[in-house]
Amino acid sequence: QDCTFFTRKEILRLHGRYHEMAPNVVPMDYTKDPDVKLPMQLIINMPELKENPFKERIVESFSEDGEGSLSFNDFVDMFSVLSEMAPRELKAIYAFKIYDFNTDNFICKSDLEKTLNKLTREELTAEEITLVCEKVIEEADMDGDGKLGFADFENMISKAPDFLSTFHIRI
Amino acid sequence: QDKEEESKEEESCNQQNTASRRKNYQRENSNGKKAGEEGSRQRGKKTPTKDQKESENKEKETNKKGKEEENKQKSDRKDSTSASSNSSDEESLSDEELAMLMEQVEQKKKLISTMRNKPWRMVKKLSVLREAQAFVEKFEGALGKGKGKKLYAYKMMMAKKWVKFKRDFDNFKTQCIPWEMKIKEVESHFGSSVASYFIFLRWMYGVNLVLCGLIFGLVIIPEVLMGMPYGSMPRKTVPRAEQATAMDFSVLWDFEGYIKYSALFYGYYNNQRTIGWLKYRLPMAYFMVGISVFGYSLMVVIRSMARNANESTTDGDDDNFVFSWKMFTSWDYLIGNPETADNKFASITTSFKESIVDEQESNKDENIHLRRFLRVLANVLIICCLCGSGYLIYFVVKRSQTFSKMQNVGWYERNEVEIVMSLLGMFCPPLFETIAALENYHPRIGLKWQLGRIFALFLGNLYTFLLALMDDVNEKLAEEDVVKNITHWTLLGHHNLSMGNGSTVTPPPLDPADVPRGPCWETTVGIEFVRLTVSDILVTYITILVGDFIRACFVRFVNYCWCWDLEAGFPSYAEFDISGNVLGLVFNQGMIWMGSFYAPGLVGINVLRLLTSMYFQCWAVMTSNVPHERVFKASKSNNFYMGLLLLILFLSLLPVAYTIMSLPPSFDCGPFSGKKRMYDVIQETIELDFPLFVAKIFSYVANPGLIIPAILLMVLAIYYLNAVAAAYQRTNTELKKKMQMQREEDKNKRNNKASTNPMLQDMEDLLTPSTKKESHPKQAEDKKMESPNRISPVGKQGKAAVLDGSPMMGGRGAAFTPPPHVFVTQPPTLGVRAPYLGQPRPWGHPPRPVPGMGRGQPRY
Repeated sequence: QDCTFFTRKEILRLHGRYHEMAPNVVPMDYTKDPDVKLPMQLIINMPELKENPFKERIVESFSEDGEGSLSFNDFVDMFSVLSEMAPRELKAIYAFKIYDFNTDNFICKSDLEKTLNKLTREELTAEEITLVCEKVIEEADMDGDGKLGFADFENMISKAPDFLSTFHIRI
Repeated sequence: QDKEEESKEEESCNQQNTASRRKNYQRENSNGKKAGEEGSRQRGKKTPTKDQKESENKEKETNKKGKEEENKQKSDRKDSTSASSNSSDEESLSDEELAMLMEQVEQKKKLISTMRNKPWRMVKKLSVLREAQAFVEKFEGALGKGKGKKLYAYKMMMAKKWVKFKRDFDNFKTQCIPWEMKIKEVESHFGSSVASYFIFLRWMYGVNLVLCGLIFGLVIIPEVLMGMPYGSMPRKTVPRAEQATAMDFSVLWDFEGYIKYSALFYGYYNNQRTIGWLKYRLPMAYFMVGISVFGYSLMVVIRSMARNANESTTDGDDDNFVFSWKMFTSWDYLIGNPETADNKFASITTSFKESIVDEQESNKDENIHLRRFLRVLANVLIICCLCGSGYLIYFVVKRSQTFSKMQNVGWYERNEVEIVMSLLGMFCPPLFETIAALENYHPRIGLKWQLGRIFALFLGNLYTFLLALMDDVNEKLAEEDVVKNITHWTLLGHHNLSMGNGSTVTPPPLDPADVPRGPCWETTVGIEFVRLTVSDILVTYITILVGDFIRACFVRFVNYCWCWDLEAGFPSYAEFDISGNVLGLVFNQGMIWMGSFYAPGLVGINVLRLLTSMYFQCWAVMTSNVPHERVFKASKSNNFYMGLLLLILFLSLLPVAYTIMSLPPSFDCGPFSGKKRMYDVIQETIELDFPLFVAKIFSYVANPGLIIPAILLMVLAIYYLNAVAAAYQRTNTELKKKMQMQREEDKNKRNNKASTNPMLQDMEDLLTPSTKKESHPKQAEDKKMESPNRISPVGKQGKAAVLDGSPMMGGRGAAFTPPPHVFVTQPPTLGVRAPYLGQPRPWGHPPRPVPGMGRGQPRY
């Protein structure tokens, strides 16, 4: 409980949800610390994540092996970070991970393009996308290396007015 | 030696202390002064203070007694399993050790409370947490701390409940805003500019609702409830000649017949000073409500303008990250509903497009001369159009006056003015839009120009209409004089007749329907306004229905069997015409303001109109319109709309004020009949209902000698405030410039500074697994297998250090490193952790033990 922003009850409810997704794989009691992982396909079909354009990235960045399968611990961790009690810094770190598609610790142009395509369902033209990406880099890139490091990202996100209210899943 | 003595003294003072403590002092004596200090403090209070702890720690370092203490601790830990021996063990513990423990416990607690903020993997968190918790539990019991736990939990629970309540309340509040969802939906598909129209419409609805409440509550309902009933007097009765047709629909549709003689119009009201058992002063109320409609509207418009201006200045300075914020924070992770998600996708796309249009516009450069020429040309064309339409209206109004004198005129002749005005309203705006295409403005500025032009058109229409109406009124006034005499003579004749008979002294039993009456110009004006409003409503709705809906249906369904592509080609779907709609609304509101004095029921009609048009237009927009080709963002405050509204409010105030101040009211209808001017009602009230001194005060206040200085004072105040505002503006821009410069500086600084952020290390911790995936997985596996063994000696120690002497401890912790085997818990933890740390070189380098130290290392 102290690792997360949840109360005991909420964790139990989370476990219920986790159990629900694969009743025959997930055991009911976790006292023996079993090593069970659920594949990404199951997780992203949760109603909370289903419509999210970044669902694969979310699950991937919280999974321990980077492949997208979540143990219960990762699962709780995910919703803990996305809960409204989590502080801005923590959220920023994970948001950075989520938007960093190729996991090179920088948000580069290709990441931005992917993000944009996911956000708009590829309804923008190619020129528009390049324009937007260039603008983003121009705005947020403080050290001038043509990509966003975490410091850039955090600096940008810390000023964003509605980051906290949008980067948040209620479960 | 002095010190020695001192300590001895102390010892003697503390003779009642336990044996263990004495032992403690003896040990300390060797240490000298420090010990003495400590002793004195301990005597003062038992709970160890911070200083004390520090001194103790220093002492430890110098004393080389670390090992001994460690042993003690070890024994303590062993003993803690058996609770019985715990207490006795604690007795034997020295105070300094107690303090030590306290500090450690505090740190653990801190660690636990901040644990959730650390971006570690859950497994790591769990293991660290378990250790920390175990530690705390062991020693907390011993130290008798943690009593406030329950209270703390309770507080936390209350805080959570409060947060939840606030959230629910906010939700409730947003649910109470009418049509919020509808507008949001429209906004997501059509952009904020279209939504701004609907927001404006909603605001207008609110204002009209208040006006409606004012008029109905203070004028119409009292009149209906307490005034003389219908048919009791001439002004409340349909004349004999019209009675046969008074209920015909065509008559009613023209607002003649029964409707004309109802409480909806000025003429119905009686000039009785008080009505009903409440002694309600209706004429006074009528006058005051007429004034306060304007007063309230002015106040509301100006207040909301001021608020908008405030908002636009406060939000203005943080636009450095427009695109980044859109990119990273626009998706709302709460969305779980497919439809909402669709809307959100649409809205994000539109918002991006809006910003792109803004951006493109800002760095566009073309042939300036050509564009200037085109703009001038466009303006000339538009001015021609405006003049033409103005003349057309004047001509039509003149003609309608001749028609009104003739009998047996057809439907077209009677409604010519409305038809022409509506046609102009329908065809001029698209014409202007076509001409405006020459100018090639940014759509937002283009919209403003378009609004201004159509406003001018409507204004011209309105004013020619008003001039014609004025002619009408003057004519009616002349006619009235004649009728007045006739009425006078008729009544007199009747009276004489009855007197001649000598039967009764009662007033003549003339039926109210038969009394000859004046034309009552106020009611005529009121009817004119109501007619115009209604025809405007109808034209608007029919335009939407035909121009948008039928067109959309046609394009959609005939497209299957047509020779060219209808959807992409000529008719295509209609766009939502923002400028036309906004101006229609503003113009309509001006009519309402002007007309409401002569036709109190007009506001009620308008409220209905706004209500229906909200639903109707929302529906029409969603079903049959397509978004604009260039979706653009509305300016943050819709102050432009408000400005138009203010202008039209002012303009509509003028004619009403003119009629109130300088035209004589009709002699036989309306609340002010029989007075020379309408405002006489105020004087009458002051004289009759207030004590004498109030009247005196009023007469002083109305003295020009007082009013002129007051106006001068106001002008001075305005000038002063203006100057102050300008000064603030300057400082504001200055500050903005400074901020910009600072940002640039920041950028440069960051360029030079290598970023060694502890956060980043955590980040690397987290990010590695996925990089690992890219590298040879097998190798990674190998690493995983071997790294625990390799690292274990150092890693364990490092970890222990981390656990034990986390941030606060710093160097001091070094001397007090507990034996590793006590703290290290599950080997698997290390196994998981190690490969991450070995990560920076995923390509086959054997994981070096040093990175295994991780967080612990730099602190040594």
